[in-house]
Formats: sequence, structure tokens, C-alpha cells
Amino acid sequence: MTAPATGRFRRFAEAARRRLHEGGLGPAPVLLALAVIWAVFQSLNANFLSPRNLSVLSVDIVGTGMVAVGVVFVLLIGEIDLSVGSLAGLSGALFAALNVNHGMPEWLAVLVAVAAGAGAGAFHGFVFTKTGLPAFVVTLAGLLTWNGLMLYLLGPEGSINFSGDGLVAMLTARHFAAAVATYGLAALGTAAHLAVSFHDRGRRATAGLPRRPAAEIWVRTAPLAVTAFAAAYVLDRFEGLPLALLIFLAVLVASDLLLRRTTCGREVLALGGGTEAALRAGVEVARVRIAVFLVSGALAAVGGLFVASRLTAATTVPGSGMLLINAIAAAVIGGTSLFGGRGSTWSALLGVLIIQSIASGMALLGVQPAVQFMITGGVLLIAVVFDALTRRAAAGRVRA
Amino acid sequence: MVQPLLALRGVSKRFAAVQALVDVDLEIRAGEVVALVGGNAAGKSTLVKVISGVGPADRGVIAWEGRPVQIRRPHDARALGIATVYQDLAMCGNLDVVGNLFLGREIHRHGVLDEVEMERRARELLRTLPIDIPDVRAPLATLSGGQRQVVAITRSFLSGPRLLLLDEPTASLGIEQTNQFLDLIEELRDRGTGILLISHNMGDIKAVADRVAVLRLGRNNGLFDVGTTSQEQIIASVTGAVDHSGRHRPSTDPGERWS
Repeated sequence: MTAPATGRFRRFAEAARRRLHEGGLGPAPVLLALAVIWAVFQSLNANFLSPRNLSVLSVDIVGTGMVAVGVVFVLLIGEIDLSVGSLAGLSGALFAALNVNHGMPEWLAVLVAVAAGAGAGAFHGFVFTKTGLPAFVVTLAGLLTWNGLMLYLLGPEGSINFSGDGLVAMLTARHFAAAVATYGLAALGTAAHLAVSFHDRGRRATAGLPRRPAAEIWVRTAPLAVTAFAAAYVLDRFEGLPLALLIFLAVLVASDLLLRRTTCGREVLALGGGTEAALRAGVEVARVRIAVFLVSGALAAVGGLFVASRLTAATTVPGSGMLLINAIAAAVIGGTSLFGGRGSTWSALLGVLIIQSIASGMALLGVQPAVQFMITGGVLLIAVVFDALTRRAAAGRVRA
Repeated sequence: MVQPLLALRGVSKRFAAVQALVDVDLEIRAGEVVALVGGNAAGKSTLVKVISGVGPADRGVIAWEGRPVQIRRPHDARALGIATVYQDLAMCGNLDVVGNLFLGREIHRHGVLDEVEMERRARELLRTLPIDIPDVRAPLATLSGGQRQVVAITRSFLSGPRLLLLDEPTASLGIEQTNQFLDLIEELRDRGTGILLISHNMGDIKAVADRVAVLRLGRNNGLFDVGTTSQEQIIASVTGAVDHSGRHRPSTDPGERWS
């Protein structure tokens, strides 16, 4: 017989080995890639990891990142939404046209823009569900249509400038300089993680279920705490906590909780794992699909407002196609599977960090965008191949 | 007279050009195991889907304890207390064992999923079942066929069903596990659960079924008392030997597997 401690250790070793087999390495490969990218750019240009550049980076990721969170929802049910770039562009244009040209109050124009995105997304979902057409065809039609509407709204000049002091401009311009904001958020995040972990552990103990050793919780929290406080330190040395980053983190936490801890999220994942199984379990498949496309459209619209905020102008840039490509690439690079059912909203953060880091580093080095596209394309290919291999490994295990 | 738990009268279903079920009648009483047998494409699985609400009937009457009911969605069947194990075991490979067990009837606490309570109940249930599931947090895609079957069966027990539909539940199980599973069916029957068992295995049917209903080409083709009917009679009815349609099947008929 083995001593209890040895048995426990063996269980962990077994669980770790299983995770390796499934290819579910979690975020480790992406974090490693990010570390390599940062190290390479830092060695080529000492300004790359400067507080200023990292702070700017943390704001630049938010527009694409918001769109990517919506894309994660769609990928989780095993579908694709090609309209998100156009909807982001439309959202900015709608806001600017209503606010600047028609004098609508900013807050109302923001609401209308986001509601329009949600409505368009829900419409895509509805058509997709009712006709049975592939989602990529339906959303491709959306891509063209909403891009056309955006161009119409922007008029012959192709852009509308709005106030640099208003609500939308503040989204990316506002920073909370107080140290209590940056370090406070880091402390809050760490404390929340610890509290949830220990609360969970306590409940499992009460229910007589196997639980993690307390030491493991501390060990798992340590990297999170180090990252959070390092980020706080860096941001504090420039302008403080960017409002845009705060909102993005809030959206990530909220959508992660929605997916992992609620019935709605469970239904989304079930749909990605097997439509027939979900149907038999009583999941209202049509309703979930429409809701997922609605979320995707709404978050695309929110992302579009952040992109417009950065330029204090609604332009044709988000509708040009790069935002769409980057958002989908970010979700996949971050670890969300193209095949549905596997992924997390945090992959939007990791993926967009990688893409934006490459863009930022290339810009610092004065490399032309052509090279940047090729490198991002290469990273995307690696991520997709990794995804396919993981899927095959998981499928192969069943027969074993 | 006690009303049967479930009674189907004149149930028909058509898929495009194929008439899958024609005027099928079926009765299942509480505390009774009815075996449903038939060759390939006899309409067994289609009938299960009619009762479980996944593929509602085009025509026909369904009565639950004597009262006519509508089963249009899986939800309707579940509300009546009907649980199903499907032949293809459709489950979500990406969700873990606990997630699959509670899919569609998650337990909540303060509005969020109560994973601890669900895991506790899952472990409790799985302990009573023949196959060991080493990790209830493993994604279903990593489990063996037999383990998945156990998860599917456990899932159907979870709701404490009054009627259990089992579509070839022992197909991936070994001999010992099958026997343990049949014991479980008898236990449920003795507690008053009605059970509809689809099986190709005459041994299983002889062991637990009270009556055998035969479907052939989507129609009723006999109802037998297991205690007083010979295996040959049932097989003859499945293969159509006692059917007057005049079509005899070659020896590749699935009925051959029973001998």
C-alpha cells in the first residue's frame, strides 16, 4: 500500500499526464510564445518593454480584443462570424453620424450603436438558424451589407471626427493615475482568486469530495499575482490604469463567469460539443445560436467604439478587413478551437496581446506592415495546426 | 383496471418518402419491462424518439396514465418523468462527466452552477454502477466506450424517472457489466419504474423482460409474454416468417445473431 501522500501525488501526476495527452496544456504555449516575442523585440529595441510602450499596448489591444471576445463565443458553438469587422465599423459610423451630424447625446448614440450591433448579430443568428445556411455565408452577406451601410453613413469624406473630450474619446484617453487604482486592482484580483479557490475548497471538503491541497492553491495563485503586480508597477510608472483596460478586464471576467458558471454558458459549450446531444438534453438550440450571434454583434459594436475612440473619429479602418482577421486570429492564437466546444474568453486577451505585440514591435523597428502581416500569418498557422493536432490527439484517445 | 403508464395508439411517422412508423400501438405499465425487438430499420429508434420528444409523431395518440398528452419536445417528456439512453450515446465530448450527467438539469446555488453539489451527486450515483470512472472531471471524449455507456445510463437514472427508455444499453458492456446492469434494471422495475428495453440480445430479454413487442418494417408484428413464448416464435415474428407479406429475408438478417 502507498502512503496517502504518495497516493495523492500519484493522482496529480496522473491528472497532469492526462492533460498532456489531451493536449490541453492550457495557456502555457501561448504565454511562452508571448515571452519569446517580448524578449526578441526587447533585445532589438530597448524601448519595447518601456512603461510608455506597454501602457499604449494595453490600450491598443482593447478594440480588437472586445471583438475577439465575441468571436470566441461564436467559435465555441463551432461557427464563424465574418461580419464582426463591418459591424465594428458600422458602430463607430453610427455613433459619429448620430452624435455629430444629428446632435444626439453621446450616451444615447453609444446605446444605439451597440444595440444596432446586437440587433444585426441576432438577425444573422436568426437567418442562420431558420434557413440552415452555413454561418459563414450568412455573415459574409452581413459583412458586405454593413460595410456598405457604414460607407453610406460616413459620406464622401470617409470619416467623421467627433469631440476629443466626450464620453467615447475618454474610453481610451482616460487613465486613473492614483497608485491605489493600479495596485488596488492587482490586489483585488489576487484576493478574489484566492477567496474563490479557498471557498471552493472548503465546500468540497464539506461535501466529502477530493480537494486541492492548500499549497497548490498558493502555488497556482503566485504567477497570477506576480503578473498582476508587475502590470500594476509598469502602468503606474506611466499614466496609471487605463480605463479601456479596466473595461476590457471587466468584460473578460464577466464573460468567463458567464461561460463557466451559468446554465447559459453550459448550453453554449454543449452546442459546441455536440448539437444532437444538446438537443436531446433539452437545450433550445435555435435560441442559444441566436443569442451567441447577438453577443458577437454587440461586442463587435463595443470594439468598434474603442477603435473609433483611439482616433476620435469614425473611419473606414475597422471595416477594411484587418480588424476581422485580427479578431478571429486572436481568438484562435489564444487557444480557442476552430472546431467548437473548446476555449475560453481569456484566449481573446492572450491572442490579441500576441498580435498587437508583433504590430507594436514592428512599428518600433520601422519594419513595413507587409512583414508584420507575414509574421502574424505564420503565428496564426502555427496556432491552427496546434489546434488540429490537439483535436486529433483527443479523438485518438477514445479508441485507445 | 389500472391504466398503463404509457399507451401509444396508432402512432405514425414519416421521413420524406420513408414511412418509418405505421399505426403502432404500445403499452408500458409501471413496474414492467417491455422489450422492443425488430430487425434493422424496423422503427425501434424512431419510436424511442417519438416517446422522448426528440422526433414527435405525425399522427397518433399518446396517453400517460390514461390521460392524453402531447410530447412535442424533450422537455415535455422529461416533465412527465421519461428518461432515455440513446443507442448512439450522443453526449458532449468536450464537457466533463459531471457536465454531461447534469446537462439540461443543472443544479444552481445563488444563481450560478453548483459544481460541488453536482460532483457530489455524480460520485454517489456512479458508485452504484458497474464500471469505475476514474475521474468525474475528465472530458467525455477521453473515456472508453463502456465508460461512456455507464455515463449515459447514469444520466437517465439521475432524474428518478417513472419511465426509462433504453436503446441497446448493453451494446458496449462486457458480460459481467451487462449482468450488473440487468440487476439494476430489475431493481428499478421492482421500485415501480416502467422500462422499455430495445435489445438484439435474446439472453438479456429473457433475463429481464416481462413482455416482448415486435416491430417489423414500422408496424406492430406481435406482442408476446416472455414466460410462455419460445425464442423461435419471437425470432420468426422479427424476421417476418409469420408475416404474410411474403417477403423472406436472406440469412444475413440480424435475427441470426440471436442463435
